Amino acid sequence: MSPPRTPRRERADSAGTVRAGAGPRRPSVPATARWLIGLLVVLVGGLALSGTALAATTTPPATPQAVSQATAAPAQQTDGIEVSGTLRDQDGEPLAGVTITAELDGAPAGEATSEATGRWELTVPSAGSYTFRLDESTLPPGTEVLQGETVREVSDGALNTVVFRFGEEVAGGAGGGFAMFLRLLVDGIRFGLVIGIAAVGLSLIFGTTGLTNFAHGEMVTIGAVVAWFINVGGGVQLIPATIIAMLVGALLGAANELGIWRRLRRRGAGLIAQLVVSIGLGIALRYLVLIIFGGRSESFADYTAQTVRNYGPIALTDKDLSAIIVSIVVLVGVALLLQKTRIGKAMRAVSDNRDLAASSGINVDRVILFVWMLGGALATLGGVLFALSELSSTVQYEMGFRLLLLMFAGVILGGLGTAYGALIGCLIVGVLVQLSTLVLPLDLKYLGGLAVLIVILVFRPQGLLGSKARIG
Amino acid sequence: MIDFGQLLTVGFTQLIGPSAIFFALLALGLNIHFGYTGLLNFGQIGFALVGAYGMGISVANYGAPLWLGVLIGMACGVALALILGIPTLRLRADYLAIVTIAASEILRLITRSTSQTGFTGGTQGLTGFGDAFAAANPFTQPTYNILGLTVRGPDLWSIVVGWTVVGLCVLLTWLLVRSPWGRVLKAIREDEDAARALGKNVFAYKMQALALGGVFGALGGIVFALATQSLTPDFYSPPQTFFAYAALILGGAGRVFGPVVGAMLFWFLLSVSDAFLRQATAGENPLLPFISSQDVGAIRFVLVGVFLGLMMVFRPQGIFGRRREVLGDGR
Repeated sequence: MSPPRTPRRERADSAGTVRAGAGPRRPSVPATARWLIGLLVVLVGGLALSGTALAATTTPPATPQAVSQATAAPAQQTDGIEVSGTLRDQDGEPLAGVTITAELDGAPAGEATSEATGRWELTVPSAGSYTFRLDESTLPPGTEVLQGETVREVSDGALNTVVFRFGEEVAGGAGGGFAMFLRLLVDGIRFGLVIGIAAVGLSLIFGTTGLTNFAHGEMVTIGAVVAWFINVGGGVQLIPATIIAMLVGALLGAANELGIWRRLRRRGAGLIAQLVVSIGLGIALRYLVLIIFGGRSESFADYTAQTVRNYGPIALTDKDLSAIIVSIVVLVGVALLLQKTRIGKAMRAVSDNRDLAASSGINVDRVILFVWMLGGALATLGGVLFALSELSSTVQYEMGFRLLLLMFAGVILGGLGTAYGALIGCLIVGVLVQLSTLVLPLDLKYLGGLAVLIVILVFRPQGLLGSKARIG
Repeated sequence: MIDFGQLLTVGFTQLIGPSAIFFALLALGLNIHFGYTGLLNFGQIGFALVGAYGMGISVANYGAPLWLGVLIGMACGVALALILGIPTLRLRADYLAIVTIAASEILRLITRSTSQTGFTGGTQGLTGFGDAFAAANPFTQPTYNILGLTVRGPDLWSIVVGWTVVGLCVLLTWLLVRSPWGRVLKAIREDEDAARALGKNVFAYKMQALALGGVFGALGGIVFALATQSLTPDFYSPPQTFFAYAALILGGAGRVFGPVVGAMLFWFLLSVSDAFLRQATAGENPLLPFISSQDVGAIRFVLVGVFLGLMMVFRPQGIFGRRREVLGDGR
């Protein structure tokens, strides 16, 4: 048992109240500055290295629209908008040499032929509502086309991906209102579990340190990007690749804590300052990923297209089913860790009352470091599952930020800082998001999840399982 | 090689251009929120969006006169402040941050949704709301020469109007923060409980501050939409809020002129470094061959993010601020 080694300068803030700058503050700490900058350099350098390796192997340079999307300057130059997609037949095999045409108001606007990987790209002159059509005569015999013509709103600064569907119509798909509801419910539970996996870390970090970490979404993205790199660049099958990536995610979490947050806590930085730092870190990391990884979505090498299986009225692909099973297993594991192990007990103690935990001999710093590593690993897993089951097996540089707001919604709904509350909240948000497609158009599907955030704060700000003391 | 003359021309044009005005107004609003009251509004771009769309929709879709459209836009800013403030202002500071950032994303998603194309113009955005503004332009010559810079007549008009609005907002801020009302705001920033113990209705003051700063943000959206005659949803994306924060922190939060100076300086630095990177990465023999010219747009976001974090830790008062007048070091 190690003696309590809480640093003297660290400000106790277990009640979670914001008291800006109450802590003692050294006038200027060049050593800390050097450390922070050093860490950033290492981080940037490491990412850049892996990036050049990526560029050498597979990654094509970032697309023009990715850059114009990133450019906030109002004046943007565009010479056409790129549209792309990947053709895979009903068995998931890539289709090469298929001609795709684009039409605007009946006039041809572009044509492309798919490569050996099934990927195709074409450029249309301006934004608008285009009709994309497969030339069925160029398809290999035996291909079952389900939807060979699709209308898509092409816009500048967005990812314009066009999907054609192959295979047979799923029997359960059109089975009336209740079957639809059931299908969306199961899909919502799947999505909620994925959000939950990613959000447990966010919630635990908040519980133990009081930090609202806006950079958590970027941990999700980076986790998925690392897994993609190991999978596609390194040629490792996705499951071992994900496990390796989770280790990297844990290291990233540790680097976060050791390089930035522990130092900030020791300087007595207020929670507001920490929050702004996390936002700055989040932006920096997101656009670093854009520079290195590129702005287009990239597919994993495995589990890209799968047929849907019917389980009674419910229809699921194997990867969706695996996502559900993996999430449940991991979440039960986390719950057991929290309840049964010493470190779990210590985590709960620190979360409950940091000073008391420290004075009863718990090494608070070590517990927080463990929480960060756990959070990083789970964020990575969440990222891979999110990419697999929600983004049709692709990784995108903005995916984490999109998930971040839903994670916050779930975590606040359940009660900030409570691990089980976070899970319940995320499940509700996931189900709500999927069920909302019954009434909302598809591009507004995340709306319900975010709106619940505002509604819950009006009626029960502490969340479902939270205690009043936390809300300040 | 690098054409420094062109860099400076770019920089000085941007120094007074619509973007600098836009960020100055956003940052002025954030200064009321963050600098004086200690509210963490991370969805300021959402206020600009409702301002611009409130004006654009009422003028373009319903044929309202421009002055009414502007008033509607400002009223939308107040309405958004109420919607966001009521659930969050009684809670810990970070709830407001989460909710505002989520709300700005919700608003952007709604305005760009294809289902709303008839109302908001979807991803295409709105046009035809600025005719009255262009018609009122007194600068009828095609170009004007000001201090060696050539400015188009319509641009000069929007610059004059824009900086007038900024000037009025600065004046209002200056008057307010010297008033008893402003002193209560600072008291809330320093110690909310103490302000409450003195019998002040902290919630009401916070709400007023949120609404006032929100109206400044809405004006930013309105002025920018009129100046550029364009209104597209994806312009109003979350990173713009961070830009405004960077401008505010650069100039010094809690100073009357901080946001204006900060926005000009920030946009000057950003456009000069952007132009420099574009020159340095383009051409036959680029100065920086390891950077792709397509990455320039993203690089500046990285720099802004790192800058925001480092400033917050090492110099929270900004470049010109006084250390005493800053949230987080107030006593």
